[in-house]
Amino acid sequence: MSIFRSHILLPVDADTVEAGVFAVKRCIEEEIAARQLESEIKILETGTVGISGKGVILVVYPERVYYTGVTPDQIPRFVEEQLVKGRICREMTHITADVAAGVKSLHGLGLTRAQNRIILDKSWKIDPENISEVLAQGGYSGLEKIVADRISPEAVIAEIKQSGLRGRGGAGFPTGLKWEFTRKAAGDEKYIICNADEGEPGTFKDRLILEGDPHKLVEALTIAGYAIGARRGFVYIRGEYKLSIERMRKAIEQARQYNLLGKNILESGFDFDIEIRMGAGAYVCGEETSLIESLEGKRGNPRVKPPYPVTHGLWQKPTAVNNVETLANVPGIIANGFAWFKKLGTEKCPGTKVFTILGHVEYPGLIEVDMGTPLREIVFSYGGGIKGGKRFKAALLGGAAGVFIPEALLDVRMDFESLKENKAVLGSGAVLVMDESASIVEMLFSILKFFAHESCGQCAPCRIGTRQLLEIIYRIRQGKGKVEDIDAMVRLAETMQATSLCPLGQSPVMPVKSAVDYFRSEFAALIPAQQA
Amino acid sequence: MSETIQLTIDGKAVEVPQGATILDAAKKLGIYIPTLCHHENLKPTASCGICVVQMEGAPALKRACATPAEKGMKIISNSKQLRSLRKQLVELILSNHSVECPTCAANGKCELQDLANDMGVDFGKFGRVVKNDPIDQTSLSVIRDPDKCIACGRCVTVCNDIQSVYAIQMVDRGFNVNVNTFFREGLGNSSCVNCGQCTVFCPVGALRERVETDEVWDAILDPGKIVIVQEAPSIRVTLAEEFGMEIGSVTVGKMYAALKKLGFDYILDTNFTADLTIMEEGTELIQRLKTNQPLPLITSCSPGWIKFMETYFPDLADYVSTCKSPQQMFGALVKTYFANEMKLDPAKIVSVSIMPCTAKKFEAKRPEMRDSGFPDVDHVLTTRELVRMIREAKIDFKSLPEEKPDQLMGAYTGAATIFGATGGVMEAAVRSAYFLLTGKNIPSLDIQAVRGMQGIKEAELDIEGSKVKVAVAHGLGNARQLLNKVKDQIARTGKSEYAFIEIMACPGGCVGGGGQPYKSNLAMRARRGLGLYSEDQSCTLRCSHDNPEVQRIYREFLGEPGGAKSHQLLHTCYWERSMMNGACVRETTHKHATHHG
Repeated sequence: MSIFRSHILLPVDADTVEAGVFAVKRCIEEEIAARQLESEIKILETGTVGISGKGVILVVYPERVYYTGVTPDQIPRFVEEQLVKGRICREMTHITADVAAGVKSLHGLGLTRAQNRIILDKSWKIDPENISEVLAQGGYSGLEKIVADRISPEAVIAEIKQSGLRGRGGAGFPTGLKWEFTRKAAGDEKYIICNADEGEPGTFKDRLILEGDPHKLVEALTIAGYAIGARRGFVYIRGEYKLSIERMRKAIEQARQYNLLGKNILESGFDFDIEIRMGAGAYVCGEETSLIESLEGKRGNPRVKPPYPVTHGLWQKPTAVNNVETLANVPGIIANGFAWFKKLGTEKCPGTKVFTILGHVEYPGLIEVDMGTPLREIVFSYGGGIKGGKRFKAALLGGAAGVFIPEALLDVRMDFESLKENKAVLGSGAVLVMDESASIVEMLFSILKFFAHESCGQCAPCRIGTRQLLEIIYRIRQGKGKVEDIDAMVRLAETMQATSLCPLGQSPVMPVKSAVDYFRSEFAALIPAQQA
Repeated sequence: MSETIQLTIDGKAVEVPQGATILDAAKKLGIYIPTLCHHENLKPTASCGICVVQMEGAPALKRACATPAEKGMKIISNSKQLRSLRKQLVELILSNHSVECPTCAANGKCELQDLANDMGVDFGKFGRVVKNDPIDQTSLSVIRDPDKCIACGRCVTVCNDIQSVYAIQMVDRGFNVNVNTFFREGLGNSSCVNCGQCTVFCPVGALRERVETDEVWDAILDPGKIVIVQEAPSIRVTLAEEFGMEIGSVTVGKMYAALKKLGFDYILDTNFTADLTIMEEGTELIQRLKTNQPLPLITSCSPGWIKFMETYFPDLADYVSTCKSPQQMFGALVKTYFANEMKLDPAKIVSVSIMPCTAKKFEAKRPEMRDSGFPDVDHVLTTRELVRMIREAKIDFKSLPEEKPDQLMGAYTGAATIFGATGGVMEAAVRSAYFLLTGKNIPSLDIQAVRGMQGIKEAELDIEGSKVKVAVAHGLGNARQLLNKVKDQIARTGKSEYAFIEIMACPGGCVGGGGQPYKSNLAMRARRGLGLYSEDQSCTLRCSHDNPEVQRIYREFLGEPGGAKSHQLLHTCYWERSMMNGACVRETTHKHATHHG
């Protein structure tokens, strides 16, 4: 085993890939080879570091220098200065993370030490395709603890229940309770499914977890399978997430090689294995029963509930469906105990939440902070405030199935309870920030187009309702609306909420109602004068 | 675990069995909850949402048709909010529906029309968002109008779960969702077997038969044409319900009278050839039993079943009877035997049939059905089309006198009339086969074991000491199940336990045919069937071999059952069809290669 004197970390995510990270990596490899430094310098790809729009990012350890906007032509100079002469390459945009520079500097990069990373703890420090790095950083310690201490499935469920972990896909259902229902359901054949369909617009947290630390998911699914009594787990990944699928596949293969998956895991006598299945471009398949139908090879139409998947799920067997982020919390809770988890977040919503900040902010990207962090902090501290110094107009929380938040509500805390009290939703954790130049009418139009496109068509209220909503807002935005159209839109959305078969049709009422409640004047302004 | 569940609806307590829905419980209490996409004989698709009810303790509304009743549920079936929501759903569905009531085939029988009218909905609340998709007219039997479709899913459930034909599915997504066939080539270029069950279950006019009433009117009003009509056994018990009489009443005399008033030149009866079919098929069965030729013999009068066999069980073609259906036997004889006897020019004859069946329209146009030298049957009208003609002519059906059919091909026995019910062909055939084998009449003419609505029925008959096992299946899903069992048994042991099998494509038999009146359920079909059995009881002659007109036609024209002339006119051949598009791939029965004129 060789001891490297320097590590070069190259975060790989959609942003950096588009910016050309692989070309930069090739360049560095060539340069290192030319100088015969392969045994001294280790280059590795990691998961996302959480910021976007800064081009290719390169992190040097142990010096902890962050370079941004790196291009291949800079590499020879970089290698010369940083790796051979051991000093920062001043011509390149960089930030150091030493104590003197402190939080402020990292703020400048969009990172902050104030983030409490437990889900994404490893994702930017390791090569996710290398299980030994995962193990070295404490991966699989939760599973090992269960095996070593002979913790029973019931005790595992109790730990998760006591932790207060709630689903992070949008519904917020207590995870421990879901597992308990599944365990108690009649039958020997049970399933655990990881919902990695991530369809909510503006959300890319699950992708970054899957790409950055897929082994965490493997461990979580194994623990979940053990707890509920399942021998098979499925990861349903949306088909567009090519890198996630590939990384997950590799992780599963490696875990099997290390006896962390498959028959007789860690000599415990417990058999469990995981299969990857892919989605094919339907938002509705993020809904658990549609997902199950899709897994069964049928049209991704939702089922009538009750019965619920915990009793009648995949192939009518008891099934627990959990979101990626939810599962990503599990290994930590098992390894560190529920009390550790409860210290984070709020009393009713313990733990952290991964938020994706996008839109008119200085630092769009991904952060992981305590549940209950005020929205203002997310937008202005972590997001760096409105780009170009403009004024905040609104934030769309939770994606398309989300709620518009005006300036007056900026101090709302981001947890399930506080948001509910303010007629808002946490949803998937997407925070889309709009400045004064944004049109709420256009945003809503975009959202309603999305729903009409994604409706599966099974039930009349959603199939026809989403189309009618689109017709109304199209009329309004073309200047051909009538004054009663605004309230007609709200009423229709309310009818859809009451009578649609699944959350897709039940959701448009949120953006419609909040847009009209807080920004009615924008709609009214488009109604021709003689109609008003 | 208790077998029954107790819940309350609107404060009233009710007990229902495990597995019952909230809607079942409401029906038991006599509480009306409006529905549209739901049908009592089909698994719910939960599409329309109109049956939503409130459940105490649950924030979300529940669909009564699809939610299982649970112990202690407290349901509210109607409220200001529920009524408002239901009206809006009907308004939404109407906004997406091509509203053509005055000219629509379903007018007066449309479930959407009923709801809209009864609730008093606001037609103009939503803008029209009709898809503007073309009408599918590729099939000889069933026309599909996508703009009227409300995507309730009933037709797909029927075609897949009940008929196991799998010709149609829901395709595409969201607003564009539509019922369509493999490769979207149209029903006429698919594995559709034309059974028409989809048209009977469709709550609106999106699925209907290819209509031939104009052509028939043209022929009737053409002085140069001789229009001769035959009516299937089940017609005489399905007209009553369309004209204000009790369902299943036998109205055969009025049926003849109506046809006479409409202007048909000769009114004969398919029941005549039903008796004839029994003679031919009974003889065929005896032959097979004697020479140990392929058994079981399987009936062949249901054209939906025949196309199903050609598509999904072509390797069983040798087991199927070579007899044509009564409709087609009639067609071949009317332009030869009848024309000869009555000194009519067969070229001037327009041969019309009234059928409970949409597949008969396809059967009549089969290229091999021209043994008379002309198309044996020119036009097939469904029961619904006849009803329309009677209405157009403003005939007061209820007050018509009882008339008689014309001679030579109008007389029938009780055995013929029961053809229209599942098990009827079997029973009729057994009555005569027994006679042909033993020279005596079967001691009990009523074979209860083959009657009734059970999907697959079996009976073991004692024919003077020999045991003969028979089976009856109705609904193609049941047929598939039975035939798979037969195939499996033959593969394993070399032979089947059954000597004779009756298969009807439609649940209930012809009384439940694809051409029968809209808005029915399986219970209503059973009641129509009972009408046929009661007619059989009241007939003087109840065995096909006793029919004097049948005896005459053999004596004067055909010779003997199964003879050369019978083979020429009354027997047919089969094909293998592609599952992709229903097209003929090759002929599967060659024994009649020589008989093509």
